[in-house]
Amino acid sequence: MLPNEIYNNLKSEFGDAVIEYNDTQPIDPFITVSTDKLFDICHTLRDNEEYLFDYLMSLSGMDLGENVGVVYHLYSMKYKHKLVLKVSAPKAEPKVPSVEMIWRTADWHEREAFDLMGVIFEGHHNMIRILCPYDWDGHPLRKDYKVPEIYHGMKVS
Amino acid sequence: MSDKKRLDLEYSTHDSDKMRINVGPQHPSTHGVLRLEVEVDGEIVSEVIPHMGYLHRSFEKVCESMTYPQIIPYIDRIDYISAMNNEWPYVMALEKMMDIKVPEKVEYIRVIAAELNRIANHQIAVATFGMDAGAFTPFLYFFRDREYILWIFEKLSGARLLYNYFRVGGVSGDIYPTFKEECLDVIKKVRKTNAEVMDLLIYNRIFIQRTAKIGILPADVALSYACSGPVFRGSGVKYDLRKDETYSIYNRFDFDIPVGKGEVGVLGDCWDRNIVRMHEMEQSCKIIEQALAQMPMEGDVTAAFPKKIRPPKGEIYMRAEGPKGDLGFYIVSNGSDKPERVKARGTSFVNLSVIPEISKGYMFADLILILGSIDIVLGEVDR
Repeated sequence: MLPNEIYNNLKSEFGDAVIEYNDTQPIDPFITVSTDKLFDICHTLRDNEEYLFDYLMSLSGMDLGENVGVVYHLYSMKYKHKLVLKVSAPKAEPKVPSVEMIWRTADWHEREAFDLMGVIFEGHHNMIRILCPYDWDGHPLRKDYKVPEIYHGMKVS
Repeated sequence: MSDKKRLDLEYSTHDSDKMRINVGPQHPSTHGVLRLEVEVDGEIVSEVIPHMGYLHRSFEKVCESMTYPQIIPYIDRIDYISAMNNEWPYVMALEKMMDIKVPEKVEYIRVIAAELNRIANHQIAVATFGMDAGAFTPFLYFFRDREYILWIFEKLSGARLLYNYFRVGGVSGDIYPTFKEECLDVIKKVRKTNAEVMDLLIYNRIFIQRTAKIGILPADVALSYACSGPVFRGSGVKYDLRKDETYSIYNRFDFDIPVGKGEVGVLGDCWDRNIVRMHEMEQSCKIIEQALAQMPMEGDVTAAFPKKIRPPKGEIYMRAEGPKGDLGFYIVSNGSDKPERVKARGTSFVNLSVIPEISKGYMFADLILILGSIDIVLGEVDR
């Protein structure tokens, strides 16, 4: 199934929660959805017989200036089609629902996005850092991140 | 203990004091600087909590201040055992963004280099796995053979381990005159050693008793954890990007996708993951033979090099089948010569996340084997 067909189906099912379909870029069209319906949309995408997106290829955090974004790359083992899904949340309150219960692989991906980008995934069972030390300050992949000078008495930069 | 009891995950719930043991980060069997916090009940593992990040080098942050070609050496260092395979999805992504058609000869060189690197990676994987189980001889055999592959890479790229060989639009240097003969010679050696190791290690009764029926990974769990590569195929799923999402020129070659069959134990156990690697080496040999026969000897490998590497504004997610599974790169370009964001989907990172799930209920000594059968490289886990 092509991404624009999926967009039309989702639009008729979830209405305003499906915000836009963008294929103006040279590659990879994507669908933007709102955070409050993200879990339901992901659930539909995985379980509906027409989509069966059972393989979460990648989950990445993005710095979008005012907002932080999360990008989901989905793949279906049966139909071999792909979909790119995007959500965004303001940096003041970077909360996105967790999809860990839908794809178990999202557990560590979400911890990584939290660690490096500071996205807080609501409903995640263990929202702690994964790559940086547990007591590290700040989220390194934010564009405005400043490297701390001292960490536990050691010079960092 | 009978096999039935070993499989019973409820076995360790009787009331007793549990103990927490720390494994690593300085431990030869964790294959790098991985730390496992293990809760054991007697000798039965009841919980495993991996702690990583000891090798975190901020790959993604560093990329944002580098130009596109400067990133390639960093990509080598993600999974330093199979650097050729790592570079491929990255350069392929940029070529697709910039709409570059790679010369025919380059495609063949890339396939041969990647498949040779796949063999080298599986040799290390099987060798260290054998060593985890207590077999030292196959380790020496494999490392002796791997050296011949590294010699070929050294002549191709000038480096033994971190090649910086794949470039956007081509490869950094042409093949040398005796390349074909040396490759065929290596294949002969690989096949000979593999036949020996099959007898010596894989079908050895002790090895089977240690590795079969432990770390069983059912296909649906593997799918939910998005496992890939031999870990996924060991569970009996025929999923290989070289066939499922054919890229480059893989559709021209005739090869099979080996899957686990539960031959000596249960489908998806440690032994199955290992035998998939052994069979894959043979398939790689087949691909290299066909590629060498078809490869055009004439042609300039640097012909399609772009003058400036400035992909248009946009984004792409590109993945390719590495030896450990699918390695993906999500590249966001803002139109300048530096990327806005590069995200590497580390195969080992994703495959490792299944460890807490599949090691519960087995003996502590089995945990080391289960970890070895996943074949992780900590450079890729921590990036």
